[in-house]
Amino acid sequence: MTGGATITEKILSAHCGRECRAGESVVCKVDAAMASDGSAPMAIDYFNKMGGKTLAEPKSIVFALDHYSPPDNPATVALQDRMRDFTAKQGNVLYEIGAGISHQLMIERGHVRPGQLVVGADSHSVQYGAANVFSTGVGSSDLAAVMLTGKLWFRVPESIRITMTGALNPGVDAKDIALEINRILDPADASYRALEFSGDGAASLKFEERMLLSNMSTDAGAKAGVFAADAVTDAYLHGADTLQGAVVADEDATYALELEIDLSSLTPRLARPPVDGAAAEIVGIEMDIGQPVDMAYLGTCTGGRRSDFERALKILRAGGRKDPRVQLIVTPASDQVYGDIAGNGMLAEFIKFGALIMTPGCGSCCGTCGTIPGNEKVVISAANRNFTGRMGNAKARVFLASPEACAAAAVTGKITDPRTLLP
Amino acid sequence: MSTFNIQGRARIVGADINTDYIISSRRKRVTIDPDMLREFIFEDYDAEFGQSLKPDDIIVAGKNFGCGSAMEVAVTVVRASGIKCVIAPSFARAYYRNAINNGLLPIICPTDSIREGDQLSIENGDGELVVTNVTQNATLNGEPLPSMMIEILNEGGLASYLLKHGDFPAQL
Repeated sequence: MTGGATITEKILSAHCGRECRAGESVVCKVDAAMASDGSAPMAIDYFNKMGGKTLAEPKSIVFALDHYSPPDNPATVALQDRMRDFTAKQGNVLYEIGAGISHQLMIERGHVRPGQLVVGADSHSVQYGAANVFSTGVGSSDLAAVMLTGKLWFRVPESIRITMTGALNPGVDAKDIALEINRILDPADASYRALEFSGDGAASLKFEERMLLSNMSTDAGAKAGVFAADAVTDAYLHGADTLQGAVVADEDATYALELEIDLSSLTPRLARPPVDGAAAEIVGIEMDIGQPVDMAYLGTCTGGRRSDFERALKILRAGGRKDPRVQLIVTPASDQVYGDIAGNGMLAEFIKFGALIMTPGCGSCCGTCGTIPGNEKVVISAANRNFTGRMGNAKARVFLASPEACAAAAVTGKITDPRTLLP
Repeated sequence: MSTFNIQGRARIVGADINTDYIISSRRKRVTIDPDMLREFIFEDYDAEFGQSLKPDDIIVAGKNFGCGSAMEVAVTVVRASGIKCVIAPSFARAYYRNAINNGLLPIICPTDSIREGDQLSIENGDGELVVTNVTQNATLNGEPLPSMMIEILNEGGLASYLLKHGDFPAQL
């Protein structure tokens, strides 16, 4: 074996029982696998078709009821009941409606540890990469294969190293880094490859900021988005010996592509609503200042954590009011986040500003539950995707931005540079 | 891979077609039965186009087909519409895997020259995938599939592969 290894190559090597490098196909032991109510019912069908009787590792299989939280019709309840019945027989882990978004729970409740290999039947399962985990999104059939065998086959991906320097300026958010990466990285370059975040800039990011960058690596087209582990990781995971399995890249590792981003040069960004089915255009927020907004959406696996709400609330406080024409939605990513912001008074503040507080879960991010925007209405959202129809109405237009920018629009009723409202 | 010959008419869609355009997330909360979801294929992208799809049509797309969510109904709904093959210069990887796992052949191949309604013929033999545009009397070369994927396709998908073998091989 020649040359050093990336984080990705090291984790896959440790899980396939031999040294492997990019381009090889390997069968790996999988440490944990997650399926949501959007994917688990179908995974159960595949598991049965595979002749499955019992789970290979029941405690490593996590189901979360997050996409329909709560469900709005009996057919959806029936899909969720199939998961509950399966769990009652098989003894896997299941999080009920209201516990929160699967990706938040996988990290928050200790289902992932540095150095592990994890898959989830949801594209944003890449989020666990923040914890130095190689994690990727798969379909229900691949998830069923893990349920049956505890293993899955992978093509070892090349990695793209993203070296970050400097620090973010006030009013600029990890979301703006993610949007910038998605703007400059062609999906054709990112596809089938893992992003590995490095540099002083990466080390300076808080854990929830790292979660956001790993989360949105799939929206850049990548297979994974991985960070090194450090004291910041350890503090967030707060378990015993969380750094024991941590993996770093060798200095002579080979990368398919290298990108450098100076965080101090970034400004707030927006992903515009897609036009005629094309990919969303990502621009500086100055391009759309003044665009009237009907709904500001705070939540999702990208922007629904405590630090997101803290930054949004700072802007609301500085603005002193919410424009009464704007519907402001707050959907905590988990019941722990919900409890945190309820306990420290932030929730009461949001309510005072006129926010609508929704059940922890995916909310209306993918239009499957929660508050749906009306025809021709304009939304600014802290989420990761804005495909036409994404929030449940193909006639609504959705902008993506940081929680600060969403809050700034809630204050003024139009798209506003959050830096102009900083306290 | 066993040799095969797929013939059909090219049905053109754009680049960056995401899984929500293939089938809206909000539809699968009521049913995951592809025969029921078939009615809504491509509804948020171009409902008329979706309704005009016929069995044996070949979907011909721009780059990054199947991006967005990893939801597998975006593959099973295409299969349920009688479509056996999608051609695109690149696929989102979860869609590519899901396609193989459900017996939908994803062919990586340049598609710029193919026009709506062109008659296509896809042949496989000796590890080569050749797309013949019968209408234009031209041939295009598709990228060969990894051997594990060929084995899964040969069994008709991942579920039947694992039903037969019970497990993955220790080494590939």
